Amino acid sequence: MSIFRLFRKQSSAPVARERLQLLLAHERVSTGSDLVQLLREEILAVIAKHVELDNERVQVKMDRTENVSILEIDVEIPRDAVKQAA
Amino acid sequence: MGKVIVVTSGKGGVGKTTSTAALGAALAQRGERVAVVDFDVGLRNLDLVMGAERRVVYDLVNVIQGDAKLPQALIRDKRVETLFLLPASQTRDKDNLTPEGVERVIGELKEHFDWIICDSPAGIERGATLAMRHADVAVVVTNPEVSSVRDSDRIIGLLDSKTVKAESGERMEKHLLLTRFDQARAERGDMLKVEDVLEILSIPLLGIIPESMDVLRASNLGAPVTVADSRSAPAMAYFEAARRLAGETLPVTVPGEKRASGGLLSKIFSRRAA
Repeated sequence: MSIFRLFRKQSSAPVARERLQLLLAHERVSTGSDLVQLLREEILAVIAKHVELDNERVQVKMDRTENVSILEIDVEIPRDAVKQAA
Repeated sequence: MGKVIVVTSGKGGVGKTTSTAALGAALAQRGERVAVVDFDVGLRNLDLVMGAERRVVYDLVNVIQGDAKLPQALIRDKRVETLFLLPASQTRDKDNLTPEGVERVIGELKEHFDWIICDSPAGIERGATLAMRHADVAVVVTNPEVSSVRDSDRIIGLLDSKTVKAESGERMEKHLLLTRFDQARAERGDMLKVEDVLEILSIPLLGIIPESMDVLRASNLGAPVTVADSRSAPAMAYFEAARRLAGETLPVTVPGEKRASGGLLSKIFSRRAA
């Protein structure tokens, strides 16, 4: 509206909100029930047996509602990453 | 039988002790019998905030270890007749709090009081887990600030797993008390909004306490803020929160909000409380 608005610092609250949402989604996975943590580790270990896992390309998502937890593991597999069977 | 409330937060300095004193006093000012219990063994402060620091003879650890009977240790407030304080020990450490001892003391308090309000120490160690252990209801005190919100999230996890209620498969009732809130800064986008915190923590809102000089003033004087100045903005917000704790349904007002109330926030509140 006012030209002075342009010079104001960008508001920080939306950044805080986004950071928290990302962080807590992760922390709820790692500090939540042991079962989910166990599943995450074992599933990734199984995949790692067959595919070169790049940590940057693995996304673990967790959704916690009152009665159900949803664990979503998203692994990006590049075409040349498949390990050759020895 | 009295209802046991734990006032907890994970993070220190967000207003647990202030809120314990204010909510306890507010309930007692309605004529109900209230005991506020300081679980911060080694770093007690509830006595100071309530202006009873010179009257402490026995404490929670004395009662647990059998050195004193509960009625000997309880300190009656000089201004509000039905308000009592059970102080924490200043000299012993928190290892003196045993699960069995805490259970016995809480059980005894429940027979004599309508409300037992436990002021939890910061952190997630023994003192904090014992303070929440026997609670029927949790008040999660949170500042609109990232580290406080994160720690509250951790505490909510503990409330859902480490309490007697949770362990016996019951749902732990949890309420958010947003403290040190500044509506003008939230409107400018420089502070998390009430809706942001509610969405992230997804527990129902008990009240919004505005950032205010009256809170420090009250603790300087050694009186719960609802007693020191019952017409101040934080006192009114605590009175409202106490009424909600007692089961009344009231729309949550945002202190300092310019718009007419009954807008988005009350919709959020009614939706979450439903």
